[in-house]
Amino acid sequence: MFVRFLEIIGASVLELLYFIGDVMLLFIGAVKQMPVKIRPGHVIRQMSHLGVDTLPIVSLTMMFTGMVMTLQVANEFVKMGAESTVGGIIAIAIGRELGPVLVGVVAAGRVGSAMTAEISTMKVTEQIDALRVMGTNPLGYLVVPRMLACMIMVPLLTVYGDVIGVFGGWCVAKMYAGISSHVYVNSIPEYAVLNDMTGGLVKAVVFGVVIAVLGCYYGMKAPEGAEGVGKATTRSVVSAIIVIFMLNVLLSMVLY
Amino acid sequence: MIKIENVSMSFGDKKVLDNINLEIKDGETLAIIGGSGSGKSTLLRLMIGLSRPTAGKIWLGDKDIAHMSEKELDKIRLHMGMVFQYSALFDSMTVGDNVAFGLREHTDYSDEKIAEIVREKLEVVGLPGTEDMMPGELSGGMKKRVSLARAIAFGPEIIFYDEPSSGLDPIMTDKIDELIISTQKKLGVTSVVVTHDMDSAIHIADRIAMIYEGRLIAVDAVDKFRRIEDPRVRAFLRGLYIGKEA
Repeated sequence: MFVRFLEIIGASVLELLYFIGDVMLLFIGAVKQMPVKIRPGHVIRQMSHLGVDTLPIVSLTMMFTGMVMTLQVANEFVKMGAESTVGGIIAIAIGRELGPVLVGVVAAGRVGSAMTAEISTMKVTEQIDALRVMGTNPLGYLVVPRMLACMIMVPLLTVYGDVIGVFGGWCVAKMYAGISSHVYVNSIPEYAVLNDMTGGLVKAVVFGVVIAVLGCYYGMKAPEGAEGVGKATTRSVVSAIIVIFMLNVLLSMVLY
Repeated sequence: MIKIENVSMSFGDKKVLDNINLEIKDGETLAIIGGSGSGKSTLLRLMIGLSRPTAGKIWLGDKDIAHMSEKELDKIRLHMGMVFQYSALFDSMTVGDNVAFGLREHTDYSDEKIAEIVREKLEVVGLPGTEDMMPGELSGGMKKRVSLARAIAFGPEIIFYDEPSSGLDPIMTDKIDELIISTQKKLGVTSVVVTHDMDSAIHIADRIAMIYEGRLIAVDAVDKFRRIEDPRVRAFLRGLYIGKEA
């Protein structure tokens, strides 16, 4: 019984190590392909997909997150006479943590899943084999443009999301908690520093890589058939979200 | 010349190919026949380097592609073309972009020159003026022909066909067969055709090789092949079930 238990644990650990190794190999392979050939047209097309697909949902997510954060803290802070800190607190929380993490999660759900579905369909219909037969490395052709697009667009969306989140906070601070615009806005530069935002952007770049690499990895490893494509898509999103949350803790320790 | 030397291939415990030895001469058309799951498509994938054998060597001229790096293989593959079973056209690109793909990736030809080559190759396969169509708008036979145009766009020396007549009606099958013959004659290429369609194999090939349960059991010129007395070959020629195959 105990031996069986150890076998199960051992098998799970091995499976996890294989998975990490496989993902790292894909990542390193893609990085090696970068100097070989960059396809600017493909990168721009992927950036436009990413932007168009995620902008509305990033707007809504960050707006409501900024609003609900302020809703929770504003009244308490007003009671303690600390209303002049609300804007700064919201900006720090959004800039450091909520902005990059929520934008990462939204992008993983919206774009990572689409990447997996597209690449796994290409795999099932032998289009990836066709690329290889024509002497084109699939990592360079499929993964590199998606990775670059995510590395550029996730931080840009994070900056946009930060602004929207702080604006959402201002709406609630002004209309619900009675904090004046002047006090709210002035508290931002008073408490928040540039590093709060740049640290968030570093996280966003890393999350962008995670979304693209896992999205492409699960696409390329998808089992045959429609069911395989569906399973790969779900796994890609779930894994990306878990990895984003885990890396967020590590990055917060390193960056702040 | 392609020379397959003692090639075996296993997936886990399952041996798919067992000690295959085969030579394909320059300029000939070889049909590889066999039932479903016999290992013929696996052999084709090995010849183009999409899979690696578990044992043996695959010589392309004086180069063993079974033990080459992917980077080296990419260069070799520029001399090969492949028509996939389900065409494998890039469904996000037009027909013209599909045919132009290899040229755009690996040459610095001008857009005008590429357009000219695309037009010419589409004419060769009997689909002039289809450059702006999307693969989704094409019939199965048209897709196969576009796939062939894409395979010959870069001027290959060897063309591999994976089940070219699969899923096509008899008339379209005949058209594709004629196209394979005319392409071979016009371009002087070596053709390797994997098929389970015996009529097609007899029609297009100079020689036929038969794979049975992962083993090469017969290879000969078409006329001689038809007279082989091996019961497994005879059964395949007559389309008879002989017990072991599913």
